[in-house]
Amino acid sequence: MHVSLFITCYNDTLFPETGRAVVKLLERLGVELDFHSRQTCCGQMHANTGFRGEAFSQAKRFVQLYQDTEIVVVPSSSCVAMIRDQYPGLFNELGNEELRKQFAALLPRVYELSEFLIDRLKVEDVGAYFPHRVTYHASCHGLRALHLGDRPWRLMDKVRGLEQVPLPNLDRCCGFGGTFSVKNGEVSSAMMAVKLQDIVATGAEFCTALDNSCLMHLGGAMHRQYAGMKTIHLAEILASTEAVPAEALG
Amino acid sequence: MSHPAYHPVLDPAHAPPFPQAVLPVLRNPQLRKNVAHAIDVIQGKRGKLVAEKTDWQELRSAGAAIRTHVLENLGAYLEEFEARCTAAGGTVHWAADGEEARRIILELLREENASEVIKIKTMTSAEIQLNPYLEAAGVRTYETDLAEIILQLGEDEPSHIVVPALHVNRSQVREIFARRMGLKDLSDDPKALTAAARNYLRRKFLEIPTAISGANFLVAETGSVVVVESEGNGRMCLTLPRTMITIAGIEKVLPRFQDLEVMLQVLARSATGERMNPYTSVWTGVTPGDGPQRFHVVLLDNGRSSILGKKTERQTLRCIRCAACMNSCPVYRQTGGHAYGSVYPGPIGASLRCAVPATRFARSRSIFPRCCWNCAPRL
Repeated sequence: MHVSLFITCYNDTLFPETGRAVVKLLERLGVELDFHSRQTCCGQMHANTGFRGEAFSQAKRFVQLYQDTEIVVVPSSSCVAMIRDQYPGLFNELGNEELRKQFAALLPRVYELSEFLIDRLKVEDVGAYFPHRVTYHASCHGLRALHLGDRPWRLMDKVRGLEQVPLPNLDRCCGFGGTFSVKNGEVSSAMMAVKLQDIVATGAEFCTALDNSCLMHLGGAMHRQYAGMKTIHLAEILASTEAVPAEALG
Repeated sequence: MSHPAYHPVLDPAHAPPFPQAVLPVLRNPQLRKNVAHAIDVIQGKRGKLVAEKTDWQELRSAGAAIRTHVLENLGAYLEEFEARCTAAGGTVHWAADGEEARRIILELLREENASEVIKIKTMTSAEIQLNPYLEAAGVRTYETDLAEIILQLGEDEPSHIVVPALHVNRSQVREIFARRMGLKDLSDDPKALTAAARNYLRRKFLEIPTAISGANFLVAETGSVVVVESEGNGRMCLTLPRTMITIAGIEKVLPRFQDLEVMLQVLARSATGERMNPYTSVWTGVTPGDGPQRFHVVLLDNGRSSILGKKTERQTLRCIRCAACMNSCPVYRQTGGHAYGSVYPGPIGASLRCAVPATRFARSRSIFPRCCWNCAPRL
């Protein structure tokens, strides 16, 4: 099986350890990987801020770059939501027939990481070891746009040493929302404060998610509050083994 | 850096932008606690009642189909409503904008020699700033919905379209009632507070012969107007006064009486978390010897027709004002409604603002629905 990684701009520029973890995890599971270095951004922040034309050019680039690949794996639920939910509208509005056809053919081969592991690779036990208390934040897009359901928990269930702590009010947004957090920093902080109370009250050592944008928002607050917790992308937990622990532990 | 004092302005033309308007709200712990508590209670009730309905998504789809059909044939259904309502003894007026609606209503009140008017809660009236206009013209307005009384006596503004005073708690209600009704020893027991409101209202119901209502729905087939409410104040306004003036947005029309089967189920469960709202009033023109003997409907456009030809934008007119979108919105939960600078806050307010800029429904451009997907596809 051959997989092309779409590592997303966030992971690429701010959280390279997540990309490295995805490679380590998938190679361990016998997946052949490639990485197109010309990849950029899915265009979500442009689309959500009203820049349809700029978002369209990113969407077009994504389709052109990946149209010949067997499978695309994306370790970011909101970028996958952008591709599934907003690309069709962008292509209908600004694209031509050929582009729409190429996109329609590509779309079923685009997977969020936990979808790829469970639905395509049909694996729950990825051979990971992570001896820590962990609570899972179900990002809005993972929960309501992709309907990831129990996939993350099924994966965590099989991680040796990992103790799951349920997070109350799981459906509640962390307050990040991309450019929302820039334009409405105060409301964004107020939402984060509420979310952080729930997270800290779990007593977990780590808060994980399938989206580094939420984790950046929450992690920034944890760091400044010396909350005694860390954030970590689920890919890093799943990549972690006895021999090579997650970078976050270093 | 200093911040403005907390004083809501719900005129989108003059309200500060959302990010600025939220600052005094976010610094008000009492308001935030009140809003979050009220939202959690409503959402909890709604969740239970939606879950017990096995055909909930089908009901929603049926409602959406009815509303879509209406918007595709709006002119015909409005004319049918006008014909049936007129045949039943009502008078239908058409208002292109808020100014024309206000003028029509004031003229009708002048014909009645009305110096006072009782009102059933109507957001459409708030949309066109009817109360301040009438007060300036010398007509005293008396709100009769409990939440609206709290706001009117407290000189406050609605922060929600279904429960407009959800940002006020009972000790604040006690303070407002005690001060404005002259009840020094009033307790904050909900029973005592509602009893105080009832005493205050009874005299108004008995003495004021002119009433203004909104409409949850208009029925084209029968020319009927439908109002749902919880307190019975609407029923009082629909039985005691001599004259009733109803103001309704043109999108409120439904084709058939039977469509209420779908709409009333969806509305009650989504809006207040009830299987059925306590009072549903349906009236058709004038019935001799029963209820108001003079009946007027003012149909308000105020920018709505400008998006009828736009497939995406006109979806905002399908809204039946259940407020489930704001109740599910994590932004609204932190801020309440005032910061949106419009009587229509939350995701629907932001959508209306984008869809119908001419109406200046709401000011916020930085809050969009489908940011967290709580309000969007499958409520």
